[in-house]
Amino acid sequence: MKVLYSLLAVIVLVLVAYVGVGLLGLHSLFGVMIPYAAGAVFIVGLVYRVLKWAKAPVPFHIPTVCGQQKSLPWIKANNIESPHNTWGVIARLALEVLLFRSLFRNERVELRRSEKLIFGGNKYLWLGGLAFHWCLFIILFRHLIYFMEPVPSVVLFVQDMDGIFEFAVPTLFLTDLVILIALTYLFLRRVIYSQIRYISLSSDYFAVLLILGVVISGVLIRLFYKVDIAAVKELAMGVISFRPTVPEGISLLFYIKLFLVSTLVAYFPFSKLVHGAGILLSPTRNLKNNSRMRRHINPWDYPVKVHTYEKYEEEFREAMKEAGLPLEKEN
Amino acid sequence: MSAEALGPKEVLKTIDYKPVKRSWLELTVEFRKGTYLYTPPRKLLDYLGLPNPRKWLPSEKDWQLPENWRQIILEGMKDRLSKYRSFQLFLDICVRCGACADKCPFFIGSGDPKNMPVLRTELLRSVYRKYFTTSGKLFGKLAGARELTEDVVKEWFYYFYQCTECRRCSVFCVYGIDTCEITMMARELLNSLGCGVNWIVDPAAKCYRLGNHLGLPPHGFKGVIDTAIEDIREITGIKVEVSLNRKGAEVLFVVPSADYFASPHWFTFLGYLMLFHEIGLDYTFSTYASEGGNFGFFHSAELAKRLNAKMYAEAKRLKVKWILGGECGHMWRVLHQYMDTYNGPADFLEEPVSPITGTKFENAKSTKMVHICEFTADLIYHNKLKLEPSRNDRWKVTFHDSCNMTRAVGLFEEPRYIIKNVCNYFYEMPENTIKERTFCCGSGSGIGADEHLEVRLRGGFPRANAVKYVRERYGVNLLACICAIDKATLPPLLQYWVPGVEVAGVHELVGNALVMKGEKPRVTDLRFQPLKGEEGEGDV
Ligand code: SF4
Ligand code: SF4
Repeated sequence: MKVLYSLLAVIVLVLVAYVGVGLLGLHSLFGVMIPYAAGAVFIVGLVYRVLKWAKAPVPFHIPTVCGQQKSLPWIKANNIESPHNTWGVIARLALEVLLFRSLFRNERVELRRSEKLIFGGNKYLWLGGLAFHWCLFIILFRHLIYFMEPVPSVVLFVQDMDGIFEFAVPTLFLTDLVILIALTYLFLRRVIYSQIRYISLSSDYFAVLLILGVVISGVLIRLFYKVDIAAVKELAMGVISFRPTVPEGISLLFYIKLFLVSTLVAYFPFSKLVHGAGILLSPTRNLKNNSRMRRHINPWDYPVKVHTYEKYEEEFREAMKEAGLPLEKEN
Repeated sequence: MSAEALGPKEVLKTIDYKPVKRSWLELTVEFRKGTYLYTPPRKLLDYLGLPNPRKWLPSEKDWQLPENWRQIILEGMKDRLSKYRSFQLFLDICVRCGACADKCPFFIGSGDPKNMPVLRTELLRSVYRKYFTTSGKLFGKLAGARELTEDVVKEWFYYFYQCTECRRCSVFCVYGIDTCEITMMARELLNSLGCGVNWIVDPAAKCYRLGNHLGLPPHGFKGVIDTAIEDIREITGIKVEVSLNRKGAEVLFVVPSADYFASPHWFTFLGYLMLFHEIGLDYTFSTYASEGGNFGFFHSAELAKRLNAKMYAEAKRLKVKWILGGECGHMWRVLHQYMDTYNGPADFLEEPVSPITGTKFENAKSTKMVHICEFTADLIYHNKLKLEPSRNDRWKVTFHDSCNMTRAVGLFEEPRYIIKNVCNYFYEMPENTIKERTFCCGSGSGIGADEHLEVRLRGGFPRANAVKYVRERYGVNLLACICAIDKATLPPLLQYWVPGVEVAGVHELVGNALVMKGEKPRVTDLRFQPLKGEEGEGDV
């Protein structure tokens, strides 16, 4: 049901673009106005989100410690899993962001013959997630050729490297292939594994399907419909330099893709997709394990009611005296 | 069908990791005996000045929530969203990847999908979406949002007390989403409705008034110490000195109250006293701050701070130089990550230095509080103790990492170093179940009450299963640990899942191995059990 709704939602988006551009010919609406609006929503939304998180204080020092603390000099401290200085934190976060360190730990638990717990390695999610995110990054980077003139040589280099298999499959980028496989896996695991299916929401399926839609339309454009790269670039350059023009000769499929991208971009800050921006702010990962070395201040700390020693002694003075315990006040 | 009535085999047959067909949003909870905690009497809430005291039970239909309960919760959420980045962030960024799902001991032991950390959080997140996010307001159920109803409150009560705040889930989540933080917030919200738990509020109230969870008055504490001195004299022939509330001692020593009240904690307590006597430590106990643990921490940050305040206040009054803390997990979670923030700065104390070895405990230079394992490991490293590990030869030992000692403090190697020096037989459990990936005892965070036994047995199953592995493989018969809750709750757990494995504190083993100056030949260990090789000899 949830899958169906999400699939329908993506199809509707495609149809909207089809009708809008293909039938009604609203090229500048879909080519310029909507992308502008989406970009604006993205920036404002993202800034709002991140500011809201950053503004919320971290009252207590709560790193999740995953390695030996720094204590006695002869015990080897683990500065990455239990960082005690800034380098440690940077390393920990870098491993997390670049290599999904924590996900790499993933294992699957099985109860064998209703008796023994078996811990099996389970690196597929790590592999799928990492492949997807890295491909996405490279693909976005590649797309800079549409937005820069002259195109920096490093962008061209990446594009060339990515197209290394072009001799075998013309115009198919390696990253396109990998991201398709990774996304398909990420989608299928939500459908196939009962636990994951159980926790998934419509929006989880929608996010994967929407991104899949973008990738597929992109691949189709390259494979079957020769795009007029010059025209697309003219559009892109116009948009980012705020002198938008709508050149002729851009295929309908391109507009469909652009509309899906716009939706994705606008949807981004309001969905779970913003997780990327959140990870660096996560107090269980970005704090040092040094809370006994340095005092962490709670900005909203307030005085609380306590039961003082005086009151305590008051209540038990006689008994304490009898037991020979020292007292503050003798009577 | 409670777990107690069923044998371990039957219980395991009830576990199925495949979720039921019906969406979790449609399922309400059923309060079955053994799966919920009893509620505190009014007078305790009154004594502590906690809100909405009343007489009620989770199993009753009407919980007699205050009239404006919905408003209390929503305002409470709003307030906490602006005060805790963890709360705000963790509600926002989960991608429901499911990596945390089968990492929670309660899910592993029950198969109940709402015990997957991601769904546990979702119980609260769904309400957050409905009232605090645009997409939730617009798309409702499609966006995973739901109304806040009384059934939701009941569900929270049920599942947020099936989480020991052990933070294992947070190790595996790429974003470090820590369900413990969510559980803490949820419990604060429940407590603001007066929906608390007796097993938490009762010790907290006792600790507030009497200084310790078990409600021992000052003269009672004195009596206990006398018994300990007598026990040690009987075993070693040595009379140790112990002072209470003594001003001007160098060190204030604080232990969880179970150490001087319960078994097998008691033997660890003897171990501490013997060690301090042997090295001539100038220390004192306090009757007013006679509790290292902090059950307020399982209630709310405010109550935690109120109870914790005593420790520094007493250190100041007694004019000690620094504080030494005994074996306890959640106690150290608070001392390591919260105390300085709650009640610091402790600028009236000095940076801790071991008077025996001269070692500066740099890692504690701000809180001025040292863990007993850090202290003892340092003594052993500097050859300050004469040890006879063969006195522990009747034990084949494994070590259980307490959730808080590892994932909050990072104390991995110190206790292992000590054990390896005081025991001849030591075996690790499988690596997926120790250190940062350790499984909790299933009874921490104030859910270890007797009436909650089924939940505890299930939550403790993964730990027990790993113990079973080393028992079958190496014949392990003793689980050493450094946590008072472990010592209280692991014996019945192991009794149920792997009979034949006993539980001991690390300093019990130290006490056994410690060769004291002028001691008589030992024939028994601290449990008054004959030492290996001494069985059948003498008049034991
Ligand atoms: S591992 Fe983290 S992101 Fe994944 S479902 Fe669990 S809490 Fe959410
Ligand atoms: S903190 Fe521990 S008990 Fe709670 S959800 Fe996470 S793994 Fe489960």
